Amino acid sequence: MSLDQGALAARPERRGAAALAVLSGIAGFLLTLAITLFGLVVVTFVIGRVVPIDPVLAVVGDRASGDVYARVRAEMGLDLPLIEQFRIYLVKAVTGDFGRSVLTTNPVIADIRTYFPATIELATLGTVIGTLIGIPLGVFAAVRSGSLADQIVRIVGLVGYSVPIFWLGLMALLLFYARLDWVAGPGRLDIAYDYMVAPVTGMVTVDALMQGQTEVFWNAVSHLVLPACLLGYFSLAYISRMTRALLLNELGQEYVITARVKGLSETRVIWRHALRNAAVPLLTVVVLSYATLLEGSVLTETVFAWPGIGSYITNSLQNADMNAVLGGTLVVGAAFVTLNLLSDLLYRLLDPRTR
Amino acid sequence: MTAPLVEVEDLSVAFDLPDGRIEAVRGVSFTLGRERLGIVGESGSGKSQTGRALLGLTARNGTVSAKRLAFDGIDLLRASERERRALRGSRMTMVMQDPRYSLNPVMTVEQQIVEAYRAHRRASRAEARGAALAMLQSVRIDQPERVMALYPHELSGGMGQRVMIAMMLITDPELLVADEPTSALDVTVRGEVLRILDALVAERGMGLILISHDLELVASFCDRVLVMYAGRIVEELRADALHDAKHPYTRGLIGCLPRLDRDSHPLPVLDRDPAWAL
Amino acid sequence: MAAASPLRLWLTTSEPRSRMQARLGGLYQGFRRLARNPTAVVGLAVVVLLVLVAAFAPLLATHSPTAGGDLRTERLLPPGPVFWLGTDDQARDIYSRIIYGSRLTLTVVVLVTVIATPIGLAIGTISGYFGGWIDRVLMRITDIFLAFPRLVLALAFVAALGPGIENAIIAIAITAWPPYARLARAETLTIRNSDFIHAVRLQGGSSTRILLKHVVPLCLSSVTVRVTLDMAGIILTAAGLGFLGLGAQPPTPEWGTMIAQGRRFLIDQWWVAAMPGIAIFVVSLGFNLLGDGLRDVLDPRSVR
Repeated sequence: MSLDQGALAARPERRGAAALAVLSGIAGFLLTLAITLFGLVVVTFVIGRVVPIDPVLAVVGDRASGDVYARVRAEMGLDLPLIEQFRIYLVKAVTGDFGRSVLTTNPVIADIRTYFPATIELATLGTVIGTLIGIPLGVFAAVRSGSLADQIVRIVGLVGYSVPIFWLGLMALLLFYARLDWVAGPGRLDIAYDYMVAPVTGMVTVDALMQGQTEVFWNAVSHLVLPACLLGYFSLAYISRMTRALLLNELGQEYVITARVKGLSETRVIWRHALRNAAVPLLTVVVLSYATLLEGSVLTETVFAWPGIGSYITNSLQNADMNAVLGGTLVVGAAFVTLNLLSDLLYRLLDPRTR
Repeated sequence: MTAPLVEVEDLSVAFDLPDGRIEAVRGVSFTLGRERLGIVGESGSGKSQTGRALLGLTARNGTVSAKRLAFDGIDLLRASERERRALRGSRMTMVMQDPRYSLNPVMTVEQQIVEAYRAHRRASRAEARGAALAMLQSVRIDQPERVMALYPHELSGGMGQRVMIAMMLITDPELLVADEPTSALDVTVRGEVLRILDALVAERGMGLILISHDLELVASFCDRVLVMYAGRIVEELRADALHDAKHPYTRGLIGCLPRLDRDSHPLPVLDRDPAWAL
Repeated sequence: MAAASPLRLWLTTSEPRSRMQARLGGLYQGFRRLARNPTAVVGLAVVVLLVLVAAFAPLLATHSPTAGGDLRTERLLPPGPVFWLGTDDQARDIYSRIIYGSRLTLTVVVLVTVIATPIGLAIGTISGYFGGWIDRVLMRITDIFLAFPRLVLALAFVAALGPGIENAIIAIAITAWPPYARLARAETLTIRNSDFIHAVRLQGGSSTRILLKHVVPLCLSSVTVRVTLDMAGIILTAAGLGFLGLGAQPPTPEWGTMIAQGRRFLIDQWWVAAMPGIAIFVVSLGFNLLGDGLRDVLDPRSVR
């Protein structure tokens, strides 16, 4: 009886300590996030200042008089001291004001709002594909490490690390679209379906489903499947490799022998004991892979004319539209940094050893 | 008389490594009834691999061969993996050196013990939990309710090893292989863990194979002692007749024990005769 | 097997007579282990081949890499006996362009290494050696850079500096150093407290001297290996920038740029875009295979 009371008394205390650890973990995460995002703003500011393109000229054109030039320069705040310019830039960046895009004449933030969901749609599906195939493949390779099957999985992964994604995309388009006609070509929808669904989330597949437009949905899927599989392959290469390495490391641990001594089936030993120990680092691997796809979609989007943030940045780049480039970089960077640090936080919160 | 609990005849275990083949165990034979057998030897003498081969836990790159390897009359070399798995954990079990590594770090004590129990018994979660609590009490853990909710890293070394013993004995096995069960523990808790082990083995009438590098410990704990060197048994002794040891290696081991009543300077060093390994 | 040669005995002896012999022996053992891994040997062969091709490009090329042929008759020809890998829209021989392109690829790899390694080494060793607030500040900066999206950042850098192969190299180098700094710091932390460093300090060696003469040389090998492992990534990033029109500018025969040019003829003249891509793939696969093997040799237990 007294023992039970002791046990009951001990539990909330432990929970309190755990909650405190969670809170301090989240606080640390937010602080690091703030510092890193600040660093990102500094870097884009510096990039914006060293640009050889004169931003005033971009606005007034090269036939404007000296008066007009000076006035616009003052309006743009370019005659202020650098530190003051940075302060203004920082405040604007925090409030999401990245200026107007010269190319589209919209505020950059409005452009980003229309383009970013397309990137998220693509990267999410890519990560789902990469995770669903990559983890079982990595487990398979680890369990049969050293076998021919393991070598094949390793080579599949190394090829994924080695092939230029934009080239593979072109070749896939050539084969599956131009020659075999299995999938739809570049872009997000056939022109006939444009503007048939109202953008709610901005992700065409989701919007079409929500509005019951199945025909549009299937057209969107046929456009999405090839680039998503491509990103999925890259994600798979990384995830399967990491799964293999993490699981091999766990399979060498003594608790695995203990599990076998208990007479558990090999399936249970691997999935419930070894993989569960690798689960937390594996989750961070998946999050990191997602972040990399968000960023790495720049090249894929260019190849597939996918109207995402990557296409937006490169198009703006080629037209010397620095507001759009820096705004896009900041948003992609912020998403990347957040996911990156989030994976750290997840690691600390989910692993009982580090709680 | 029924068959002995364990029969081992001419057991060999070899490993294929990139640098060549290593013969860890070479022609080991012994039998075991419901008694306590000690296996002593230095690191790499093959004592742990003998225990692992018995349980069927030799690593994948190793091969086990023997004229006979039997448990309670069951030919282990002919048994399928499924049959061996059914024996493991229910009738034969093992306790390893360091609870910090041999317990699963991301499962609570309760999850691990309950899993061991339910792997071989049809029992509801509540029944398994009850059995786990009782078992923890029998390894003299005072607050089993509290300990059940803990993760291994929250346990002390002695506590962890008691949890390990509880987990491995919850299915009432007939054979326990204890592989250096106290070497990783604090000197202060070694005795306690050993006494618990001793009591459980006696009370349940199990066969015990105690593997250790510590001759003194093995001699005080076991009925018989096998001395292994370089994969072979060099000598078999009754534990109370340790000083009758004839083999120079065993005598060397005894000679290395520090004694209070004799000045031993310089400290004696084991002489190894390459001929022993032949 | 034949009896061991005297050279092999000299290399594999357990009691080397000189430091040189010990070092060569170590290298030999490492090479033996590498040679046992067939994929690593393939990787090494590819890398050696790349260096040879780059060195002897004028001898290997059959045509000029930049001057085109007859635009009426030799434009966009499929692979054949004269133009082994076909011709592009400027009637240039794709095979010769790829051969010369290997020089650019090698240049990128070497220059990025030469720029990024010293930055990483300097920041890492200073951070690890001095510790305290210097360490905290430098590592915070490194973490910030480590958390950045590398490709997008390189894009923005090139946007600012203007397109071109030199700027692409600088941009890649700027985003490549943080992992090296991390590694150098970790190495320095273990070296810093070793007895021989204490001995140098007792003899009155200045911090600069200790860092340059003792710490940096010891960090160099592990950092170099890490850079080798990154080389495939460097090649791919450079090619990606070239593909986006931000790296080497036409008519330079840079592989990524060539793919971008071939893209317009993808459907009917697939070889224009396909061939340079195969070159990139083979070379970066070579570096990856070699890196993988090296990692196994140097650290069999490493996870990443």
